[in-house]
Amino acid sequence: MDAPHVIVVGGGGTGGALAHDLVLRGLRVTLVERGELTSGTTGRHHGLLHSGARYAVNDPESAVECIAENRILRRIAPGSFEENGGLFVALTDEDMDYRHSFLAGCAACGIPTQELNAAEALAVEPGLTPALKAAVWVPDATMDAMRLPLRFFATAQRNGAQLRPFTEVTGLLTAGRAVTGVTLRDNLTGAEAELAADLVVNATGPWCERLAAMAGATVPVQPSPGVLLALVGRLCNLVVNRLHRAGDGDIVVPQRRLSIVGTSAWTVEDPDDLDVPDEHVQAMYREGAKLVPAVASAAERAAWSAARPLIGAIGGAGGGGGRELSRTFKCFDHAVTDGVEGFVTITGGKATTLRAMAEATADLVCAKLGVDAPCRTHEVVLAPHTAYFTGRAA
Amino acid sequence: MSSPRTVLLKVFRYGPDDAAPRYDQFRVPAGPRTTVLDALLAIRRRQDPSLTVRHSCLHGSCGTCGMRVNGREVLACVTRLDGLGDPVVVEPLAGAAVAGDLVVDMEHVYRRLEPVGRPLVRASERAGKNDTKADPGPLLEDLERFEDCIECGLCLSACPVAGDPRFLGPAALAAAERVLEEPRGTDGRAVLGLVDDAHGAWRCHLAFECSAVCPAGVDPGGAIMRLRRRVLADRLPRLVGRYHQEVPS
Repeated sequence: MDAPHVIVVGGGGTGGALAHDLVLRGLRVTLVERGELTSGTTGRHHGLLHSGARYAVNDPESAVECIAENRILRRIAPGSFEENGGLFVALTDEDMDYRHSFLAGCAACGIPTQELNAAEALAVEPGLTPALKAAVWVPDATMDAMRLPLRFFATAQRNGAQLRPFTEVTGLLTAGRAVTGVTLRDNLTGAEAELAADLVVNATGPWCERLAAMAGATVPVQPSPGVLLALVGRLCNLVVNRLHRAGDGDIVVPQRRLSIVGTSAWTVEDPDDLDVPDEHVQAMYREGAKLVPAVASAAERAAWSAARPLIGAIGGAGGGGGRELSRTFKCFDHAVTDGVEGFVTITGGKATTLRAMAEATADLVCAKLGVDAPCRTHEVVLAPHTAYFTGRAA
Repeated sequence: MSSPRTVLLKVFRYGPDDAAPRYDQFRVPAGPRTTVLDALLAIRRRQDPSLTVRHSCLHGSCGTCGMRVNGREVLACVTRLDGLGDPVVVEPLAGAAVAGDLVVDMEHVYRRLEPVGRPLVRASERAGKNDTKADPGPLLEDLERFEDCIECGLCLSACPVAGDPRFLGPAALAAAERVLEEPRGTDGRAVLGLVDDAHGAWRCHLAFECSAVCPAGVDPGGAIMRLRRRVLADRLPRLVGRYHQEVPS
């Protein structure tokens, strides 16, 4: 008897981690992605492995997820992180007041901290503005936005998952209101095909409403883009954050010989059509330079936009550009929410929590398919990212 | 003057079922910030959704969108149309199997890199000079950062020798030089064996095209020259030692 077949739609970090999780649990998995793997939101983030500190005060659920996954990812993906640490930097009296709730929030969420005075912080990170008042060290790190997910893809592929980039879902196969498979177009050849499945998972991030609509289902997701700015030069060695409520341009992430300043937030309807407003780029320069003065005169390598999939009430709460929405993830069983069997959506979340998102989704998928197999992804060390490319032919 | 400029793109097209490649022409709006990748994605969205292109980070750190623009290897995401002239010719990287249009199979890059076994991370720069007397303490121990190479394959496309699949090629040789410089637990002798080979460091013709096109400042050509010196320094004592054994004084 064949194991159940699951189609994962979406080749971002979540889809990769999910394919890895499901094949480990003994299911047959086909993952389809309309372009190259990680070509949507996943590849575009600033490369921060969150400690969770950024969310410790206002979004403790996300903060707890982040620190747990931060620890697990360092264990299962050794050698995939710039082991640099992060600083939250206070510049004003208001920031100094916020420090108390920040430290309390981190403690409540189990995020280790170390307080530094201005001189200590400058010794650790000379790129900081000398005008800082104090800083707090946290276990942030830099990740490679493409190569960390590729390790999940490489391992899934090695364990038998069929990974099909440049393969676009053009429709869903249905029986009554149940989803029974997908129709596909191979974007390299133009060939069309049908593929049957026992269950289809929608892991398309900010595009998830579009796929859900094909099934007659809805997902309360708001695509919320942000602008990021890559500057030439390693202007700091540690991740530098502003010690205040999360806002625009308040993080500088060093990566190789670049420094990434992020980010802004607004909301859009179509995540394929993102512009890069010049005033947002200028805001990144202005706010980033408050933390790391060398930002002001650094040459621009690139400025781009990436769409987050934020979970919120549809049509609601738009004014804050999505900052007030939680960064946690949610798994939707559309049999429960819309009366559509055979169809599950995973969305929201962060690059840092890709494995946890996959675990929650795989738990639901296995429960629905009657598969009794525990999650093992927290203990399986991942294959190197290179194995994705060298293992394709096999 | 400020009305939206347009540029003609002549784009290489090829599918696995096609008898021969062709060039399609697309006219695209070009603002001051518009990159070649922006233009290609706009073509996909508004003119021809069948155009295929690889991309991921959009800021020159993943190495996915390497291609030839007007005959030169570039990352499309950090190459602005401004200054490229009109028309702009866009083609896939050379020396790689074309999967479709501008998408090449990157296996030829990773097949060469993998045996070298260079870790993705290296020791990071220490904190720079500063005036404080404060001790940074354990927070700065073992700082690591990613290696510069982003595995984009531009060097292999530009190299006049790398058409030969036996040649280790500039990216892998530069990786080998990093391993020997900072072994981090890898086997330096095995790497030296790969390098000291007719298809290793000695195969390079000193064209330095690799260093000219590298978007990450790796300078593979310079690394190959340093490798040759290292190999000779490794060989010389052995040769001299054998000479002393064979010709007793």
